[in-house]
Amino acid sequence: MPIVEAVRLALGMIRAQKLKSFFSLVGAFIGVTFLIGVISIVNGMDRYMREDFAGRLFGVNTFTLRYRPFNTTGDVTDDQWRAWLRRRRLTEADYHAVERALGPDMLVGVESWNTVEVIVGAKRSRSIEARGVSESYFRIRNYEIGAGRTFTPQEVSHGANVVVIGSEVAEKFFEDTDPLGRTIRVAGFPYRVVGVAKPQGRLFGISLDKFVIAPYTSQIKKAVNPHQIVDGIIVKGPTLPAMQEAMSQVEAVMRTRRHLRPVQDNNFHFETQDDVLDFWTKFSRILYTALPLLVGISLVVGGIVIMNIMLMAVSERTREIGIRKSLGARRRDILSQFLVEAATLSTTGALLGIVTGILLAKLVDVATPLPASISLSSILLGIALGIGVGVVAGVYPASRAAKLDPIAALRHE
Amino acid sequence: MTDALIRTHDLTRDYQMGAEVVRALRGVDLQIHRNEYVAVMGPSGSGKSTLMNLVGCLDTPTSGQYWLNGVEVSQMSDDELARVRNREIGFVFQTFNLLPRATALHNVELPLIYAGVRAKERRERAEEALASVGLADRMDHRPSELSGGQRQRVAIARALVTRPSIILADEPTGNLDSTTSEEIMKVLAELHRHHRQTIVMVTHEHDIAAHAERIVTLHDGMISSDTRRAAA
Ligand SMILES: Nc1ncnc2c1ncn2[C@@H]1O[C@H](COP(=O)(O)OP(=O)(O)O)[C@@H](O)[C@H]1O
Ligand SMILES: [Mg+2]
Repeated sequence: MPIVEAVRLALGMIRAQKLKSFFSLVGAFIGVTFLIGVISIVNGMDRYMREDFAGRLFGVNTFTLRYRPFNTTGDVTDDQWRAWLRRRRLTEADYHAVERALGPDMLVGVESWNTVEVIVGAKRSRSIEARGVSESYFRIRNYEIGAGRTFTPQEVSHGANVVVIGSEVAEKFFEDTDPLGRTIRVAGFPYRVVGVAKPQGRLFGISLDKFVIAPYTSQIKKAVNPHQIVDGIIVKGPTLPAMQEAMSQVEAVMRTRRHLRPVQDNNFHFETQDDVLDFWTKFSRILYTALPLLVGISLVVGGIVIMNIMLMAVSERTREIGIRKSLGARRRDILSQFLVEAATLSTTGALLGIVTGILLAKLVDVATPLPASISLSSILLGIALGIGVGVVAGVYPASRAAKLDPIAALRHE
Repeated sequence: MTDALIRTHDLTRDYQMGAEVVRALRGVDLQIHRNEYVAVMGPSGSGKSTLMNLVGCLDTPTSGQYWLNGVEVSQMSDDELARVRNREIGFVFQTFNLLPRATALHNVELPLIYAGVRAKERRERAEEALASVGLADRMDHRPSELSGGQRQRVAIARALVTRPSIILADEPTGNLDSTTSEEIMKVLAELHRHHRQTIVMVTHEHDIAAHAERIVTLHDGMISSDTRRAAA
């Protein structure tokens, strides 16, 4: 029997026996919904973490020297934590030493930050992040300037009160008017706006555009850190090997500066994008381990339901099988009829699961800050699993049907 | 006499019933020629249906031989038998044996599906067959929407749509009242007369058997008489 005919017959059966078909669809449906939904969300997260989160916040081929890890994944002991807090902090002198030690093709910058109060005219906000940085910071962290400019090396060396503001700060304080050249009070100090950064967007629902950036030598240094202290010394190389080379040079410089003996561990920390990705990698590995299990269980349960429904169908339709055989249906015709029917059931479930999974992913995408990206391969996998489950579950009932003796089948009531 | 369409030699069929063996056929030698219209009679349990099933390739004999169109079918595999049923045989059953959920048209198309006939031709031939039994206006009806006589006519259309060598009818009027029975007999007689269709029909009833040209009578699994009537 041609496959088209068999599928049409199978769809007819599904329509005729809605309740039973519903039950046999559920397993494949749930399994594939999980598959598509979870894969889409995890995939989206993964891309987001690697490209946006890690790339944007940390930059490629970039490391940051810190006195301790700032992004910890929670599994830190109290002792460890106390030990970290006892460490010496990084200083401007460390920054200059690092800068001197590295070659000219390495970009070296410095950063310090704190949440401060910002006032413009009658408007004020207490939750603006103020950063004191070197002029190289913008290039290292890939900030694009939408209007105006960044600050010059001279402004940094003189400690000029100039500031580049984030787009949200610009909107909040200046609305439709041009912020360039205007005065803004950062932690009580008057600053002149010289640039507005292009919008960075949001990360997990948190705005990345609520900042003001000023020379680390300017007055805000009093508001962001104790005297001479900096939060990070940032190094960006042209390539990954160059960055790694720079990292070992910086390590040597710092060990010397801190008089560490060879047996002593580093009392400072190198932060790279791997720090955050590490946490994410662990988490996504758990998801990817649990996923096949969940999908597998649903599909196996679905398969068993389909097998039972098909066995029932075979015994209910024994007479039909007899009739078909009397009219010339061969074993393989009957076999394929029931296989196609089982596969049609599970594939219908899988298709519904794909649609639901996509809707679920879209919903998560729209309703939560989590991004979701639907991959074609997971859809194809869903369809393949759907067909596969049906065929596997259908083999036994279908072969029972195919082996029926035509006369006995015709006599069956 | 030309070669027989059907020839059996010492055909037997035993059924194992627990420890007992039921000998439903015990050595049947039968020849049926093209264009014959044969009635098979005999008391209940005499082996009429068993013989029809063997002739119709639904079943294989315990011993003996059977040639259809000169080809021995008693040794055929399942698939070969299915092919013979599809191409050479048209069945009409007492209980009609239509697919209840399918329309008359689809029921008649079924054997053509297994013959691999394409959809368009299938439909044309099925419509033609239904028209020839007077059901041109009932094609889209399901069996439950048809009378007994109409159902049996659908079954006849299904039997003849493949243009088989032989139509086998096992008590085709067994479930019908006498007027409807006559109608069905007319359809069969017409097939025989105008299309020279070979027909073998099982019946208890003498007035039904009277439509045939030849009456074979079975008793206890053996042929007890074989009489031929001059063509009407
Ligand atoms: N499948 C079967 N299993 C056991 N015995 C059977 C089977 N089919 C037929 N018989 C027996 O074979 C004999 C002939 O049956 P059948 O050919 O149906 O007779 P008829 O059609 O003449 O009434 C009967 O005794 C019947 O009980
Ligand atoms: Mg009988």
